[in-house]
Amino acid sequence: MSATKLETSTPDVSPPVRWGEKIIEGLIWAAGLSTILIVALIFIFLLKEGLPTFLDIPLRQLFGKRWYPIEGMFGLASLLAGTLLVTAGAVIITVPLGIVTAIYLGEFAPPWQREILKPLIEVLAGIPSIVLGFLGWVALAPIIQNAGAPTGLTAFTGALILAYMALPTIISISEDALYAVPKEYRDGALAIGATQWQTIWRVVLPAAKSGIVIAVMLGIGRAIGETMVALMVTGNAANIPAFGADIMFQPVRTMTATIAAEMGEVAQGSLHYSVLFGIGILLFLITFAINSLARKLVGGESVRRKRTGF
Amino acid sequence: MTNDKIAVNNLFFTYPDGTEALSNVSLNIAANQIFVLFGPARSGKTTLLRLLNRLSDLLEGARHQGDILFNGESVFRRNANVIELRRKISMVFAIPTPLPGSIRQNLTYGLRMAGIKDKVLHEARVETSLQQAGLWDEVKDRLDTSAFALSGGQKQRLCIARSLALEPEVLVLDNPTSGLDPLSTAVVEESLYDLKEQYTIVMVPHSVQQGARVADVAAFMLGGELVEVCTADKMFMNPQDQRTEDYITGRFG
Amino acid sequence: MKRQQTDKIARIAITIVAALVVIPIILVILFIIINGIGTLSWEFFTQPPGNGMKEGGIMPALLGTIILTFGTAIAAIPLAIGAAIYLAEYAKENRLTRWVRIAIVNLAGIPSIVYGLFGLGMFVLFMGFGTSIIAGSLTLGIMTLPVVISASEEAILAVPQEFRVVSLSLGATKWQTIRHQVLPQALPGIITGIILGLGRAAGETAPILFTVAAFYLPELPRSAFDQTMALPYHLYVISTQVPGMPMDVQYGSALVLLLLVLSMTLIATVVRTGMRRKREW
Repeated sequence: MSATKLETSTPDVSPPVRWGEKIIEGLIWAAGLSTILIVALIFIFLLKEGLPTFLDIPLRQLFGKRWYPIEGMFGLASLLAGTLLVTAGAVIITVPLGIVTAIYLGEFAPPWQREILKPLIEVLAGIPSIVLGFLGWVALAPIIQNAGAPTGLTAFTGALILAYMALPTIISISEDALYAVPKEYRDGALAIGATQWQTIWRVVLPAAKSGIVIAVMLGIGRAIGETMVALMVTGNAANIPAFGADIMFQPVRTMTATIAAEMGEVAQGSLHYSVLFGIGILLFLITFAINSLARKLVGGESVRRKRTGF
Repeated sequence: MTNDKIAVNNLFFTYPDGTEALSNVSLNIAANQIFVLFGPARSGKTTLLRLLNRLSDLLEGARHQGDILFNGESVFRRNANVIELRRKISMVFAIPTPLPGSIRQNLTYGLRMAGIKDKVLHEARVETSLQQAGLWDEVKDRLDTSAFALSGGQKQRLCIARSLALEPEVLVLDNPTSGLDPLSTAVVEESLYDLKEQYTIVMVPHSVQQGARVADVAAFMLGGELVEVCTADKMFMNPQDQRTEDYITGRFG
Repeated sequence: MKRQQTDKIARIAITIVAALVVIPIILVILFIIINGIGTLSWEFFTQPPGNGMKEGGIMPALLGTIILTFGTAIAAIPLAIGAAIYLAEYAKENRLTRWVRIAIVNLAGIPSIVYGLFGLGMFVLFMGFGTSIIAGSLTLGIMTLPVVISASEEAILAVPQEFRVVSLSLGATKWQTIRHQVLPQALPGIITGIILGLGRAAGETAPILFTVAAFYLPELPRSAFDQTMALPYHLYVISTQVPGMPMDVQYGSALVLLLLVLSMTLIATVVRTGMRRKREW
């Protein structure tokens, strides 16, 4: 259906075109679309510098164990292992802490505590990673060494700090997820005589599952990408940690830390330089996949307020 | 071509979700009268009002069929000046909505957006429109205070004055007294009688009684259809359609 | 009464865990303040580092970070607000808009070191800016976009729809409505988002490693094409790259950076609450 076009007695006179507004609206449109262009540019420039990694090095060698750039050995396995170890450690620590804190904030904390705790968690989100890395370096590492580890700079040291860095995100997403559980569920459970804990454990948490999954994924994304903490406190040892009970207490080296540590020393255009960009490509793709998936789980447009127009 | 200010011809309107809000509505509104559009909730009154000056455009994905002529020209014609149309057919909403700012800023907003910067003209329009809306005496000493400080009834009269400041041809009032006390309602109704000398008024009333009090011509709507349209005397004394009579006498709605 | 016991134990456990989250945050901040406060002095803020950075102050690094923050603002604000207006007011629900949203979500997730690589590849090398303030600012600016876009879009969407309808009904155009009603009312939220985004940018190290930051540069930059020292990188350098660095200088630098960034967070919060209180609707 569309407007029926009728003959009108007066000649059609077009309204004046407001050029100033047209230009502004054009710029707004361009600004919106530029975000797509920027993501594309980031990927293009990573490819431009990093593509030789995947063309010139046999895959077998690329995913080998030995990372000795000086001898031309670019095995990423040890770096991947380092990232995996630190990330897994961080997620294992941060997710339960985050969810439980969200439960505390939502269910148990009296209002005055919430008034203090929420800004405090925001403060945590605001602390620069270099400051936390510095603290890990001067304060946490010695503690861990004194506790009996051969060195204080270990995967665990990094994981612990990264866990705290991811906490504000985890807490806030978990809070949203818990908050979104319909009140009827809760009331229903309490009405049939469940205790508060039973209600949370059997009703609220399962209902908030998808939100919690998203929290976990964003936590992973955050931990994989963090650089300065990983660089300063995980030990900078590019080897695959020996499997055992103390696996978390060995020095490792993450993908991000490798880029940060070595980019300053390589010759532009060398294979080593390309490989560092190649690591960047991997990081880009991993985080892209995680975030796209998390966004899908959120349900796309549901975040956007629906307008009635009237 | 008739002398009607507004002519609605075979108008259909469908919401983005597919519900039909208006079905084959045709009516004519003559100049300088109060045209009252009444009926139960969700009968399509507000939708019709918002189509008159194409505020319906805000509903992305809604569709219409048929036409509305304003001064003989289709409001939907391809190069229609919608901005100008909204200045000529000005709308007052059910909930009084002052814009953030002073009383004066509210009244001159339409003029300023039209690019009229003449301060003398602003002053003149502020005073005239406030007097027409019966608000001048109450606010003339505090034109530069916040519009939010006014009472509900004053806010709604400010909104009417704000529309009048544009000197429109048609004043569209969507249940303008919904939140007002009886005294404020009386003041607004009073001012409507004076306003029709100069303007054409299309109004959705708060109640059948209010419709009967103010209408020259009335139209009864039900479920998106126009049931009956005739002079107010006939409508409220001796309606032709059984459904109209049932509604007026309070048997439903 | 076993259930009640479980409930009690769970309650205590949850409280303990929450304390485990909160207490370290307080300890971290107190630790830095206590160890760093003694270093702060007029000289510390106004002198360049001397004697192999073991003495003197942090002036060039602090100033560099302030310059970079302004550069970031210039690079990010127009684009971010434009994109936010596009999303909130103009975007139709179609594939293009979905792509824009996917792009923003992913920009937010890209690791900061990858931004550094991108800045190196595009601004430093391809565009020929060299290791410079302009390359660093653009890199940080792009990294800051998603934060500011999301905050601004939220602020714009929070403006009640009635004001838009009323403005349009009074014959304002769409842009006039945005310019005169929507943006003024969304401003506190937008400013908050900008300050939060800039605060984060000011504390970032990884994106500036290869794009702007100088190891040691006692002179101040003369143009946007010069390198500069920056506080986060300076802290990294003096804590890990310079042997025998006195601890008090390290703690002092960490404290200044922490205060700088947290004060921006605080200002953002004050702006938000302050201007919300002024609002009449």
